[in-house]
Amino acid sequence: MAKKILPGHGSGGRLMNEMIDTVIRKRFGGGSVQLDDSAILDVGGASIAFTTDTFTITPLFFPGGDIGTLAVNGTVNDLAVMGATPRWISCALVLEEGLEFEVLERVLDSMKSEADRAGVTIVTGDTKVVPSGKADRMFINTSGIGVIEKQAARREIAPGDRIVISGTIGDHGMAVMALRNNLSFSKGLQSDCAHLNHMIRAAIDAFPHSVKFMRDPTRGGVASVLNEIVNGKALSARLDEESLPVRDEVKGVCGILGIDALYAANEGKVVMIVKADDAEGVVSILRKTPEGKNAAIIGEIDTEFPGKAYLETAIGGRRILPLLTEEQLPRIC
Amino acid sequence: MTSDLNKKMAARLRGLRPERMIRIMEVCGTHTTEFFRTGVRDLFPENLDLIDGPGCPVCVTPNDFLDRAIEIGKTHRPVIATFGDMIKVPSSYSSLAKEKADGMEVRIVYSPIDALEMAASEPGREVMFLSVGFETTAPAEAATVIEAKKRAIKNFSLLAGNKLTPPAVEALLAAQEVKIDGFILPGHVSAVIGVAPWRFIAERHKKPCVVSGFDAPDLMMGMITLVDLVTSGRNETLNQYSRVVKDEGNIKAVEIMNRVFKTSDAQWRGIGVIPTSGLEMRDEYADFDAVRRFPVTPPPPKEAPGCRCGELLRGLIIPPACPLYGKACTPEEPVGPCMVSLEGPCAAYYRYWSK
Repeated sequence: MAKKILPGHGSGGRLMNEMIDTVIRKRFGGGSVQLDDSAILDVGGASIAFTTDTFTITPLFFPGGDIGTLAVNGTVNDLAVMGATPRWISCALVLEEGLEFEVLERVLDSMKSEADRAGVTIVTGDTKVVPSGKADRMFINTSGIGVIEKQAARREIAPGDRIVISGTIGDHGMAVMALRNNLSFSKGLQSDCAHLNHMIRAAIDAFPHSVKFMRDPTRGGVASVLNEIVNGKALSARLDEESLPVRDEVKGVCGILGIDALYAANEGKVVMIVKADDAEGVVSILRKTPEGKNAAIIGEIDTEFPGKAYLETAIGGRRILPLLTEEQLPRIC
Repeated sequence: MTSDLNKKMAARLRGLRPERMIRIMEVCGTHTTEFFRTGVRDLFPENLDLIDGPGCPVCVTPNDFLDRAIEIGKTHRPVIATFGDMIKVPSSYSSLAKEKADGMEVRIVYSPIDALEMAASEPGREVMFLSVGFETTAPAEAATVIEAKKRAIKNFSLLAGNKLTPPAVEALLAAQEVKIDGFILPGHVSAVIGVAPWRFIAERHKKPCVVSGFDAPDLMMGMITLVDLVTSGRNETLNQYSRVVKDEGNIKAVEIMNRVFKTSDAQWRGIGVIPTSGLEMRDEYADFDAVRRFPVTPPPPKEAPGCRCGELLRGLIIPPACPLYGKACTPEEPVGPCMVSLEGPCAAYYRYWSK
């Protein structure tokens, strides 16, 4: 049977990475396509970050946000984790025939107000309409440009470095999954969708040399980001189960659906690798911001299982947190 | 339960020093994963081993079940509603995932009731639910069929592949292929059937048993207790999950299950046909029985060459002993079902274990 695209090719796991390597970069050139959250480019001596992302979500509106807030914040955050100051973004719309204007206007209003709060300007765009049934109501692509004033946030990591998360884990993924599955007890569960550029700026201004790496754990969650960080290195990433900030509502939905919150998507969190001595300091800066009030040190870089991320559970046992193939599916019983 | 107490129990488990190898079998997919997920498995001392038995419903489902589902999908074109675990399981010649990419209408549901509501809201389409599972899911599946009959939803049917756990354990013990000293019994299954159906293990086969829950303290206590029972030669059946499991089980659930299903001989992957170990639909519910409603002749089933899921499910090998494990057989490209289901032993080793 001819090889075809499966849902797993878009889920941030191993299948997607393989496709990017063996199908996409092979053609576009591994040297020019940068695999980071943004490409860093030199423009007449100035350093800029450039990124793009396409957003598709069912349902379009969910507690804590909508496809418009996601589209702005996702791109803003991909620039911010590179240490860039996000400045300009684009907005390309793919609209399904029959979409209500009221829905479109609501989404655009969200984008505008989110962009204003994040301090970015929407400067260009595009619209396409496809026949009814050829798109899931609407898709949005945003690209973004940020300015890098001083190099930050991509330094060699080492054993002893601390792993910091800026807040509770799995909120977005589980809020959307609960909504899709009509788990009505899950009231109070909200997406964490937020722009992180102001929070990140505060942390790297206070500790310019201590934050060694940042990434927003969207698809694939915290576990996938940690895998990317240690992959191919002589280092491992240890998380301490007891220190993980996870809301009770998220734990509940995860338990019912058999899903690990460490693999659930976040849309308003950043994972940071920080020099041990300054980890407490970074956390206290993060906690002063509204997006970072539940920030915590959740683990440490060591050499126990080279190339892997692992969890030390509450009772002191250990288990590996591998890069998953694809999205987790709810279990049978 | 304070975490202090848990840490003391962890120290006790880690500090056990059995004089000879003690081999405990579990027969529940949730136990397979939870022993890893909670980190309890990492605490086992030398001379203590846990063997994963036939406790994953997807894993023990033989190829001909999926072959039939796919053949029905091709011939009669119903919507196939299924738990997510089944999607990527290889059949003899294909898988639901491959058929879905090729246009077969396969939808993931979280409960059989979702499939029934799908049928109710799309009266023009047939909806066939793939009913796979042990005593834990069969009552819900039976209740759904009863509901379908009550509401006269005629476009709903069930392809029954349900299985019963105690006969499989009995078959393993009777075959005497694998050396087992005791059993961690499945908490969820026992919540439905009670403790009595398990007593034959201690009485006839002289092996101690503990009905266990799924939290770290449950698992640690279960293992510590079993080591104690084995070492002191006490062949008892203890219920350490009494906060959920009653001795008599859930009488109402069993009654609902028996109203729709009757026992039948059933084929288990790797084990073969086990008498009275399966469930088939009673004649009163024949209208909802996909086997009778959609007659097909599936192609003869074929096992993937080199796949050792069968031996694994009999407790004869552990996943890394299979030459395909982690090489030709991975969660991305699974060869056998034990690598697909979240509760399959191979998937659990692959996800949680690095040794």
